[in-house]
Amino acid sequence: MNAENTQRNEKNRLAAHRFFCYLILILITVLCLFSFYILFINATRSHPDIQKGFSAVPGGSFWINLQNIFHDQNLPVLSGIKNSVLVSTGVAALSTYFSAMTAFGIHAYDFRFRKAAFAFIMMVMLVPTQVSALGFVKFMTAVGLRDSFIPLIVPTIASPIVFFFMKQYMESALPLEIVEAARIDGSNEFHTFNFIVVPIMKPAIAVQAIFTFVSAWNNYFLPALLLNSQQKKTLPILIAQMRSADFLKFDMGKVYIMIFIAIVPVIMVYLLLSKYIVRGVALGSVKG
Amino acid sequence: MPAATSVKKPASIHKKNQKKSISYAKWGYLFIAPFFLAYALFSLYPLLSTFYNSLFENYMNGLSQVGPNFIGLENFKTVLTQGDLSKYFKNTVIIWLMGFIPQFALSLLLAAWFTDLRLRLKALGFFKTVIYLPNLIMATAFSMLFFALFSDAGPVNSILLNLGAAEPVRFLSNLWTTRGLIALMNFLMWFGNTAILLMAAIMGVDTSLYEAAEIDGATSTQSFWRITVPLIKPIFIYVFITSMIGGIQLFDVPQILTNGQGNPNRSSMTLVMYLNKHLFSENFGMAGAVSVLLFLITGVLSGIVFLSMREGTLGKGGGKR
Repeated sequence: MNAENTQRNEKNRLAAHRFFCYLILILITVLCLFSFYILFINATRSHPDIQKGFSAVPGGSFWINLQNIFHDQNLPVLSGIKNSVLVSTGVAALSTYFSAMTAFGIHAYDFRFRKAAFAFIMMVMLVPTQVSALGFVKFMTAVGLRDSFIPLIVPTIASPIVFFFMKQYMESALPLEIVEAARIDGSNEFHTFNFIVVPIMKPAIAVQAIFTFVSAWNNYFLPALLLNSQQKKTLPILIAQMRSADFLKFDMGKVYIMIFIAIVPVIMVYLLLSKYIVRGVALGSVKG
Repeated sequence: MPAATSVKKPASIHKKNQKKSISYAKWGYLFIAPFFLAYALFSLYPLLSTFYNSLFENYMNGLSQVGPNFIGLENFKTVLTQGDLSKYFKNTVIIWLMGFIPQFALSLLLAAWFTDLRLRLKALGFFKTVIYLPNLIMATAFSMLFFALFSDAGPVNSILLNLGAAEPVRFLSNLWTTRGLIALMNFLMWFGNTAILLMAAIMGVDTSLYEAAEIDGATSTQSFWRITVPLIKPIFIYVFITSMIGGIQLFDVPQILTNGQGNPNRSSMTLVMYLNKHLFSENFGMAGAVSVLLFLITGVLSGIVFLSMREGTLGKGGGKR
């Protein structure tokens, strides 16, 4: 009798606890999504509508806002999208390919400075890019690469964090016997890397391609220092430009649709692939 | 974790490797060469050049350039004694703490709930997806969004007025609401990430420990504080320090929210905003000095992470799960 009672009490207590957890989780969900909800609503409303105050239902001006922003003379949004896609794709491709290559070099070969090389990469992993920005911008200016995408793409060949993730993945997914077997079959090492190792690494490359694409897409500090002609600017710079323009003169519908353009592609990709992305976060725990 | 690499491999492979290492070592160098070339050219050289620049008087006075003249450590003296560097350092730390403390508390709570075997919450995939979402949002766009939402005539004030507030809250003219908004954005962007890291660490703890504790009559709260927390302490250090390094780099959000001014009265001006200002006005001497100071701070902090990882303390929690 008594034991049954305590068991029932325990059950009730657990149910109450569970209810409390869900309540908090729902509150957090609302907190996370609230700002995006208003963004979606206001991106569909016209400037006068938005000025009237908050509304919970969308308006009908989405296409008009979109057209307005695309035809804005001072804000080259279309080329901004193109530039952002170009830079982010370049970064995703180079950083994943060369990080896998570096990881393979350290994973599969025994050479004298192997441990030192690994320790060096781990050591510089957390050094922020901002601290060398001065030298970097001066250097790029000196070689005439300022206002070009090269300084935003090529340096990501050295991406310590991506390297670390690839190395972790290789340890669990790339047995060295495979490399040995390819050798016996007469495959040259470089060929082995491209046609045997890279296909095995595909899941890791895909996850890191998403992460690097997104971080390049969102990157603001260096592009803002390097790119100065209007036609070269990426989306974050255009948003900053919008912010520094006199705000009251601005069509608020345009402001919201601009933010919409900058973040919705990322949200869409994320919702499609969230399972892999969330798993990737836990795997490559060395993300800031 | 270099030690772990060699340990994990079965002995037989290791031996085979050593036999062949003579003939294949050059491939190792070839494969890592692009990384080190790119690093030397685009990171190391600029870093050294930044150090070098910090020793020169070099700035724009109107349209004419002054310098570069070698002045030794004068820039550091100026930055440390005359500028408002200490004020900006304080701002940065305050804003970081305002975001980090609730972020860490909530992340730990969520991680504990998500991994609680007795609680068995449902729809975890959905909640994980939602809490991680803000991390991927463009910080500049997110900040611009908050600027629009919390402006004097924005939707938040409109809601507050509808709820019966007497007058709009001027979020961006007030010191603590401005800092609060920056901290809130940082919090939203990072708590999901931290929660997922902590969750991975908790799931790495040997479950037999919990079973033993349950047999001994421990409650979930007791096992959490007495078993989980001590065992995942290394991950706490990691989260704390990497968050601090991230906090020192705080830039996009306050830059856009305050239009680079750090308003009101430069109370939300951060270190990197200050650096950015010097870089834009081509004040290279001072920018160099600020960069070197930032490098020293982050260098010490990453040194701590590096050492704690070398000891392999992180390996179980974060590395492999």
